[in-house]
Amino acid sequence: MTRTLTAATVTAALLGSVALADEVRVYNWSDYIDEALLEKFEQETGIELIYDVFDSNEVLETKMLAGGSGYDVVVPSGTFLQRQIQAGAFQQLDMAQLPNSGNLWDVIQDRTAQYDPDNAYSINYMWGTTGIGVNVPKVQEILGEDAPIGSLDLIFNPDNMAKLAECGVYFLDAPSEMIPAALAYLGEDPNSHDSDTIAKTEAVLGGVREHVAKFNSSEYINALANGDICVAFGWSGDILQARDRAWEADNGVEIAYNAPSEGALMWFDQMAIPVDAPNPEGAHVFLNFIMDAQNMADASNYVYYANGNAASKPLLEEDVISDPAIYPDEETLKNLYTTTPYDARVQRQVTRLWTKIKSGT
Amino acid sequence: MLRRWFLIAVPYVWLLALFLVPFLIVFKISLSDAAIARPPYLPVFSWGDSIIDFIRELDFENFIFLTEDDLYWKAYLSSLQIALIATILTLLVGYPVAYAMARAPEHWRPTLMMLVILPFWTSFLIRVYSWMGILSTEGFLNQFLLWVGVISSPLQILNTDTAVYIGIVYTYLPFMILPIYATLDRLDGSLIEAAEDLGCSRASAFWLVTLPLSRPGIIAGCFLVFIPTIGEFVIPSLLGGSDTLMIGKVLWEEFFSNRDWPVASAVAVVLLLILIIPIVLFQRNQQKQAEADR
Repeated sequence: MTRTLTAATVTAALLGSVALADEVRVYNWSDYIDEALLEKFEQETGIELIYDVFDSNEVLETKMLAGGSGYDVVVPSGTFLQRQIQAGAFQQLDMAQLPNSGNLWDVIQDRTAQYDPDNAYSINYMWGTTGIGVNVPKVQEILGEDAPIGSLDLIFNPDNMAKLAECGVYFLDAPSEMIPAALAYLGEDPNSHDSDTIAKTEAVLGGVREHVAKFNSSEYINALANGDICVAFGWSGDILQARDRAWEADNGVEIAYNAPSEGALMWFDQMAIPVDAPNPEGAHVFLNFIMDAQNMADASNYVYYANGNAASKPLLEEDVISDPAIYPDEETLKNLYTTTPYDARVQRQVTRLWTKIKSGT
Repeated sequence: MLRRWFLIAVPYVWLLALFLVPFLIVFKISLSDAAIARPPYLPVFSWGDSIIDFIRELDFENFIFLTEDDLYWKAYLSSLQIALIATILTLLVGYPVAYAMARAPEHWRPTLMMLVILPFWTSFLIRVYSWMGILSTEGFLNQFLLWVGVISSPLQILNTDTAVYIGIVYTYLPFMILPIYATLDRLDGSLIEAAEDLGCSRASAFWLVTLPLSRPGIIAGCFLVFIPTIGEFVIPSLLGGSDTLMIGKVLWEEFFSNRDWPVASAVAVVLLLILIIPIVLFQRNQQKQAEADR
């Protein structure tokens, strides 16, 4: 019996296709962790970490729904998580294996419970807002000193956009982010699932379409930092990372992030374990490692996103914890909205609308 | 006898395992309905159930849906157009290269052949990314043109259809060159000598002898470029603009954004029919012609 087992293990090792017990595969968003933490994890636990990245929830979701992704930990956003839980893509967390879960922040836990009831399947990794990143001197040069850099008027008013087109504007290629923003601009409920209401956004987005250089969800970090573009509608931490890269490069580019005054989407990226994860024990070890107060603080200090870990707050650097773009103050917090997943029919309408806006067909 | 059977069976098993079975799976999904499940469609076949019940749940509504929205046929047409133009461009660039290779001194040819194949040693993705670096407004090409003084402000090439054509021609060029080179290389040189002896100018000898004889290579090269280009996804999404409409992109959106695997499969089945029917007709026509010539 022992010999058979040994033979099986050797075969498995030789084939390499079967995950070994001391290996954890993590699939996370691009530009979303301090690489030093990955090395620390391997040193502390002796588990080999394989870390892959993606830049769209859709890609992750398709892997989850197809099954057999081979990943042990994945990081969908709240609305996507909710639907994937319904589809049976994740396994319940074993809290006994997660002693650090006491570090989690109840305020964020309450909010994520709307996607993952009782937070049974996921822990919060980071959260943030979707808003406007601008190259301040460039935009002020074009639109004047009183340019509305904190308002959706900057990106949805065709007059402003026609002028900004000369220095470059990128939008997220994510209808689940852009359509709520256009609804907020119109003064409608950003979380509307009503066909007629959603259809109104076509005029807003279509009206500025010709002035948008590119729809992309990851390239704007570098483009903003290099000065290739002067406005991006994107995720808070990404824009703050662009700000930092421009500082480091000292290239005269000065980036600022603002959550739009009309309301900003608040989103949550949740770590979860796929139902068919090859190494669920290792996945729990990774989640527990991430929930350590110091590790989580290091992660936030590096990527400029707020986290859902109350114990990490005293360990955060001053420019993170006291930056309202990262940890919003009470006033901004009131202005944030959340969204819920569309059903199949509305989702089709939204995707179709988005294709029409992008391609004109 | 057994050996002969075996030899005949191999290509059929190949076709069955690598084409027919995957196609039937895709076709079956195209007759299903989308659902919030894993995998995200219903019904899922399982051996225990009655096959009749299973088949009863299938229908053609996804194909009907494709006719209701003009997005799909516009995307098919636009893909056909892009693939056609790109194939012609690749032929125009590839033929002279293949011709020059076939006419080069014998001892150079292995080196030239190597140079054509060499780009395959680098990842396709990296090569497309490097085109982004070359073509962008801050890229090498614009910097060079500005430096030379040909243009005064950078050209917008990246994120346009022009960039897509450049990417396709660059990527698929070896697939055009190699089959044409193969036919030109085997071409009997005495035929051209004979044509010239009989009073043909070099140009008309090329036009009347070389070109017709290299036709099999041209056809093979064009198919090798045209077929993958129609469903191309990576090049238009990296080099093209948001308004570059191609069926590969529509397929991606059905599959990823709408999570509607059945409609995505229907799009794929129609794409396959669009590709296969003309090719089968063409092949049959060729065969008839070959028989008539005999």
